[in-house]
Amino acid sequence: MDKPFAITLDPGSSLANRTGSWRTLRPEYIDRLPPCNAACPAGENIQDWLFHAESGKYEKAWRSLVENNPMPAIMGRVCYHPCEGACNREQVDSAVGINSVERFLGDEANKQGWQFSPPAAATGRRVLVVGSGPAGLSAAYHLTRLGHQAVIHEAAPLAGGMLRFGIPKYRLPREVLDAEIKRLTDFGVEIHLQSKVTDVRKALADGFDAVFLGVGAHIAKRAYIPAGDACKVLDAVAVLRGMEGESTPLLGRKVVVYGGGNTALDVARTAKRLGAEEAIIVYRRTRKQMPAHPFEVEEALQEGISIKWLTTIKEAGMSEDGGDIMVEKMALDDKGFPQPTGEFERIAADSVVLALGQDADLSLLENVPGLVVNKGLIEVDAGMMTGHPGVFAGGDMAGLERTVTVAVGHGKLAARAIDAWLSGETWTPPPRHELATFERMNPWYYSDAPKTVRPVLDIIRRQSTFDEVLGGLDESNALFEARRCMSCGNCFECDNCYGVCPDNAVIKLGPGKRFKFNLDYCKGCGICATECPCGAIKMVPEEN
Amino acid sequence: MSFQPVKFYQTGTFTVGNRLLPPEERSVQSSSKRFNSINSGHRACQGCGEALGARYAIDAAMEATNGQLIAANATCCLEVFSTPYPETSWQIPWIHSLFGNTAAVATGIAAALKVKGRHDVRVVAQGGDGGTTDIGFGCLSGMFERNDDVLYICYDNGGYMNTGVQRSSATPAAARTSTTPAVGPAPGNVFGQGKFLPAIALAHDIPYVATATVADLRDLEAKVRRAMEIRGARYLHILVPCPLGWGHASHDTIKMARLAKETGIFPVFEAEHGEIKSVLAIRRPLPVEDYLKPQKRYAHLFGQQPKVGVIAQLQAQADRNIRKYKLLESL
Repeated sequence: MDKPFAITLDPGSSLANRTGSWRTLRPEYIDRLPPCNAACPAGENIQDWLFHAESGKYEKAWRSLVENNPMPAIMGRVCYHPCEGACNREQVDSAVGINSVERFLGDEANKQGWQFSPPAAATGRRVLVVGSGPAGLSAAYHLTRLGHQAVIHEAAPLAGGMLRFGIPKYRLPREVLDAEIKRLTDFGVEIHLQSKVTDVRKALADGFDAVFLGVGAHIAKRAYIPAGDACKVLDAVAVLRGMEGESTPLLGRKVVVYGGGNTALDVARTAKRLGAEEAIIVYRRTRKQMPAHPFEVEEALQEGISIKWLTTIKEAGMSEDGGDIMVEKMALDDKGFPQPTGEFERIAADSVVLALGQDADLSLLENVPGLVVNKGLIEVDAGMMTGHPGVFAGGDMAGLERTVTVAVGHGKLAARAIDAWLSGETWTPPPRHELATFERMNPWYYSDAPKTVRPVLDIIRRQSTFDEVLGGLDESNALFEARRCMSCGNCFECDNCYGVCPDNAVIKLGPGKRFKFNLDYCKGCGICATECPCGAIKMVPEEN
Repeated sequence: MSFQPVKFYQTGTFTVGNRLLPPEERSVQSSSKRFNSINSGHRACQGCGEALGARYAIDAAMEATNGQLIAANATCCLEVFSTPYPETSWQIPWIHSLFGNTAAVATGIAAALKVKGRHDVRVVAQGGDGGTTDIGFGCLSGMFERNDDVLYICYDNGGYMNTGVQRSSATPAAARTSTTPAVGPAPGNVFGQGKFLPAIALAHDIPYVATATVADLRDLEAKVRRAMEIRGARYLHILVPCPLGWGHASHDTIKMARLAKETGIFPVFEAEHGEIKSVLAIRRPLPVEDYLKPQKRYAHLFGQQPKVGVIAQLQAQADRNIRKYKLLESL
């Protein structure tokens, strides 16, 4: 006992006092599902690839992206980005430009020549993929990743399906399409062009273990319009397809397009670029009811396309030289359906293009037992399998939500289900995390940063050339845009929990390793959960 | 000079850390090697703002002085919960003084260090608002007017909390405490009493006076860093919400401090030699109700018949702060 005057006890550390025993609520790190991921029809892990892009690791970001979608440069141009519609940042300033960052990553991959990571060990299984549209390419890619041999048969002379024959060049330059298809063939996807599959059963017997059908919907729907001999009535699919041929379609100086979908806009904008003085869209409902995407309508109007809402075509080829059509005004009834008013008008037109929707060509499926076709669509189960075991289908032929992204999602889903089916199992979707809603976040912590707007091609060039309308972001503003991501529901290592704990009960594990709680001292106050910007901490009751 | 584009780091400097910032620009608290001057196992209540504020401030001071720091600590919550003899949470040289004489004790330490020629060792004095604005005010004012080389940090939670939430001269008007109960015609603490000590410190024209809250770590750390660059008497007043005394949820401690700043109830500024150099501007202006409502000490203002008149008086106080310190514009 050799202690200074008046000192009787050794000084002790408060570490002996395990304050964790006070706790009634325990913090837990969780991952919640970001709304962008939840909204993506292709099931991309957007938050994850933006996380890598934020730190300038573009290749890592691209690799994360292509785990779900092999065609970011294409998607970054043609996807209608439902992710941005769901983005929580919309409630802070404006949604993150996810689509533009995706395009930047896709373009960067093409520029740098990045290739996919090698696939899993070969399984020896062969899967026939019918059609090289987005659904078929996606299915083939994911099958290849899983180690199966995917063989695409394509009836057309070039691969891409509607990406090539339905989407105009000014939205998707063909070099981009070709580059991403080439990466897929380099990866091991076999594509046989001008090789139409006419009998699926025969193919199955021909040494394929399963079949994925992605033949799309390319038969134009018709509407009966009495027409004089001299008037040209064409269908939209044929016009857009013709753009890929050697001679462009002859539409004349005054073109009327009938329909209100994206295809109608594509045709009208194509006609304008081919030199039409007037391109008029005739649609029987209102702008609000138009199925076309609002930004495309806006772009078309900017390019000088006129749209006649609440109008139907009654007759074409009215005048002697065939150059007129008769339209009738419509009015919406109480239920919102258009009804004829008996008011007619003549419009000059050299040609009328019908863009009234498309049906799938299901002729190759005759005599396949078990297959159910309902209203022109093939019925599939949750794993995209048709009524015939081993025959899967996706894309436009299997649903009415007909976008490239949905098709890519179908392809991925089907590939996983095929993989399970080949090993005698049934594919079940993995459980989903709970949604990272805005209320679960603490938006205080995010700096204000408005969205970066992509450059838009000059209006004159848009009316006369097929140059791409929307530009891309450069590196600095793509980085900026990526950093606007709030990482909803997923830890992005901001150190807030580590800093705000009054009891030093959060352990920092180092870059990329996140954090853990020291439950010996955590009193369960919950400050970490309240102050977590992205809502990745949840307080749960202690059991005892 | 070439064009320097504005850099954007996702959460800027609002969060404690930011993996996108270069290491030298990160906060002291984000470092896994921070001092943790006040260690785990202390007996502060769940969600204690003072424990947090003390670690923020002293860690920053330790960083600024390369660990050459001595702290004198008044009797207050901070002393009671951190050091029940013989156990302590402090990992720095630390001395417990009487309730009212911390400033004098720190002055003595500074004088002794001067005599010993230890210019590298710096002195901090710290206490709660009771020990600072009431009991220790004489010693503190003396320390200011002598310009002793001490940084005095006051952790203001608006009352004597560990003895049972009694009123101090820093208790805000209308707040309920055990000595200003919410009864009678004018419930809660009286209007027109109490003091705002940072303004008194300013009037001493000492080299450095600043206020901060636990809701803005980067600001707090910058102020401690600046204070340690200066010799002479310095005063830092940190608003530290108290879940027990204020009656808010333990997880809302930082939120309360943020609301106090955003409503204008608590002005955050920095001054040198009696002259205000900068204020932390209000980012998202809010009415005082947003700050008052989550606190049980103001519960008597709401309920069936809200006391609109009292709320308006408190709003008027906040508006005066906003005008006086120009809180809606950054200097």
